[in-house]
Amino acid sequence: MRKRKHLSRAYVGLVMAFLYLPIVILIVYSFNASKSRSLWTGFTLDWYKKLFSNEMIVGSLLVTLAVAVIASVVATVIGTLAAIGISNMKKRTRSVVMNMTYVPILNPEIVTGVALMLLFVFFKNFLHFEFGLVTLALAHITFCTPYVILNVMPKLRQMDKYQLEAAADLGCNPRQTFFKVVIPEIMPGIIAGFLMAFTYSLDDFIISYFTSGPTTQPLSVTIFSMTRRKVSPEINALSTIIFVVVLLVLLIMNIRDARKEQQEKKKRRELKCEDF
Amino acid sequence: MENIIRLRNLVAEYDGERVLNDISLDIRDKEFVTLLGPSGCGKTTTLRIIGGFLQPKQGDVLFEGKRINALPPYKRQVNTVFQRYALFPHLNVFENIAFGLRIKKLPEKEIIRLVGEMLALVGLNGYEKRNVGHLSGGQQQRVAIARALVNHPKVLLLDEPLGALDLKLRKGMQVELKRIQQSMEITFIYVTHDQEEALTMSDTVVVMKDGNIQQIGTPQDIYNEPTNAFVADFIGESNIIDGIMHEDFLVEFAGQKFECVDKGFGKMQLVDVVIRPEDIRLLPPQEGDISGVVESVIFKGVHYEMIIDACGYKWTVHSTLCEEPGAIVGMHVKPFDIHIMHRMEEE
Amino acid sequence: MKSKMISLPYLIWMLVFTIVPLGLVVFFAFTTPEGQFTLDNLTNAGQYISVLLRSIWLALIATAICLLIAYPLSYILSRMHVNRQRTFIMLVMLPMWINFLLRTYAWMTLLENNGLINRFFGLFGLGPFNLINTEGAVVLGMVYNYLPFMILPLYSILTKIDNSLIEAAQDLGAPSRKVFAKVVIPMSMPGITTGITMVFVPAISTFIISRMLGGGSNLLIGDLIDLQFLGNAYNPNLGAAISLVLMVLILLFMSIVNQFDDERTEGMLL
Repeated sequence: MRKRKHLSRAYVGLVMAFLYLPIVILIVYSFNASKSRSLWTGFTLDWYKKLFSNEMIVGSLLVTLAVAVIASVVATVIGTLAAIGISNMKKRTRSVVMNMTYVPILNPEIVTGVALMLLFVFFKNFLHFEFGLVTLALAHITFCTPYVILNVMPKLRQMDKYQLEAAADLGCNPRQTFFKVVIPEIMPGIIAGFLMAFTYSLDDFIISYFTSGPTTQPLSVTIFSMTRRKVSPEINALSTIIFVVVLLVLLIMNIRDARKEQQEKKKRRELKCEDF
Repeated sequence: MENIIRLRNLVAEYDGERVLNDISLDIRDKEFVTLLGPSGCGKTTTLRIIGGFLQPKQGDVLFEGKRINALPPYKRQVNTVFQRYALFPHLNVFENIAFGLRIKKLPEKEIIRLVGEMLALVGLNGYEKRNVGHLSGGQQQRVAIARALVNHPKVLLLDEPLGALDLKLRKGMQVELKRIQQSMEITFIYVTHDQEEALTMSDTVVVMKDGNIQQIGTPQDIYNEPTNAFVADFIGESNIIDGIMHEDFLVEFAGQKFECVDKGFGKMQLVDVVIRPEDIRLLPPQEGDISGVVESVIFKGVHYEMIIDACGYKWTVHSTLCEEPGAIVGMHVKPFDIHIMHRMEEE
Repeated sequence: MKSKMISLPYLIWMLVFTIVPLGLVVFFAFTTPEGQFTLDNLTNAGQYISVLLRSIWLALIATAICLLIAYPLSYILSRMHVNRQRTFIMLVMLPMWINFLLRTYAWMTLLENNGLINRFFGLFGLGPFNLINTEGAVVLGMVYNYLPFMILPLYSILTKIDNSLIEAAQDLGAPSRKVFAKVVIPMSMPGITTGITMVFVPAISTFIISRMLGGGSNLLIGDLIDLQFLGNAYNPNLGAAISLVLMVLILLFMSIVNQFDDERTEGMLL
């Protein structure tokens, strides 16, 4: 039994090492004095300083953030409304719409990317616009919205339909019912959907690659064009910063979840004692 | 007392199936009315029509003499206690109760006062900040009642509110609901399938079946003078036996003629004879009108319930005396305990 | 009734940005640059059959390796103490937050001829080995990038398998190996199929990993498509035809995988 436990631990350790090896390399080389990606020539923080003065990187970081904010906000609004509407549809229409909703999720990203590119090229002939922030935002909203819908739908399904009647019974008109009962009730799903949309938008490369313009590029596309030549270690510095931020966020969330769970356990215990 | 709610010839359909069949009902102010019947009888449908959650296909709903068919629920002066409470999980106890008052935009001070009153009424002082998900069934029930009553509705609708509670809790809440209704002086319309609940709490009981009203009356009327075999059987256990009415005050069943107190049936008309199990007296075999064999005996706490095989029927008899299975006994029924009813149409 | 209307913005959006673009792909696939109907694009796509087969082959290998690595790991994690499970799942997800280009780039650093791995071997007088620009490097890149997509669905289904079920099987006399084959694996089937789809689909359609780790000689379908749209070969009609072939391939694959699983796409969501 003991032996098996050690074996399991070793295995988990091995997989983790595999997952983190490249990341450790990235982080270590963000402190490397030389530009080389294999030779270690000494410790420096220069790349972190240079990072913030590199206009191309800072500029594309801003594009990435702008697109992520716009796309996730719009996707959250459209997706939440859509989920509520879809849940009121008849079974057959609902399943047709839901199947369509899965298309951007299941379709390979490259196909979604080229399809949207064809669409934008097609539109470009009529409306004169450049590939850039607008096309990026439109594309990102398109692939983010389904994630919002899929996060909100289960919350709507869980919702007791009598709560809507209770709201009306207590004097809410349909508008008030929507804002005072439905929205607060499905809020966890909306937030989860928003976060998912935001992170997928931040992380996206393939769809952005086909829908961004020559001047307005998100970070991932900039990094890609750099990898064709030589990646400047500033990018290593940036990914180290991102890694640390994400690590902190996840740690905080993890600790909060664990605490919440314990509190709930305690409360449940209390409740048992005074049930009447 | 005036009628606060009048239902006129209500017809309702659900998925093309008729669930209410031309129902008319008057409900007086400050009355405790119970709609009683098995599931699918239309009692909840009737309640939902009064609440405004359902539109009748035909007929009128009158509230204080005004037709309110088209009035949406949020404009009606009625409130509902839902079957599974339908509390808002994102709000705590205080905010759940304050919900209706906040919609009416009452001043905060007034809200605190009214909610406090309600918490005291339902015995939940000190629970203001609790998460409703962490309450027991009985406590959630009280919050649901307080949330509806705080709006001082003229009529409170209760849809099987005690259905999810265990027996002991249910008994306690029955008494409490009656007390609340009397102290608030408002009309309660209560839906249940539990005849005992209906008899204990109500001023008026409306017995329903298959979308029709079978009988309206006080609990005593309904129990003692059921209008048909369905009501008799639904309100307490009954023996229902085929009989023939020979003439007024004379009925034949189980192969013998019996004196009875009913009249007005046709000569030699086929009827249902209803006899309550507690109205059958057990005697030695020779002394009874009918004799039979005891098939089984169950001790029920206060009395024994026996199944007695006699004249081709299985009679249910309640008695404080215990007979052994297999024993031969005589049975006797007094004339006024024999209830003669028109045959129910077979469906 | 009225509330159905609020999904209208989404329905219009879906029509314009999902359905119409896919329609355009189909349209382009069957027309010449002048807009006339033709089947040439599809037959031309057939010339690249070796690329298609390589893509399928490499994606299948990568998927199989992911499954082999992820299944034991997910099982071990699912039997751990709850707090520790949470930590490890966080550790599995964390790398996904670093842009995959950067992670793949880090592998380039490792695999290069004068990269870290060869330097390490060099210390012992071995090598240098030719690691980068091989099919193996492409598969490694796929496994590395998509492994979490296999671990997460497997883990989430394995945690749902109650310990008491495994104990019940043992109680009924099944030895551990049988318990695994007769209880654990069949019950985790929905997770397996979800994981396979979630690894296979991006793996077969990637063009970054092949370009960065495979050099110029290991083209995949994704590279072909990219070349037709943004590369030197500019030919959107051919690119659309290849995209169509790719979509059909994936649909076929998913319908085969779904044969093993009666719970449908529900499991797609993490």
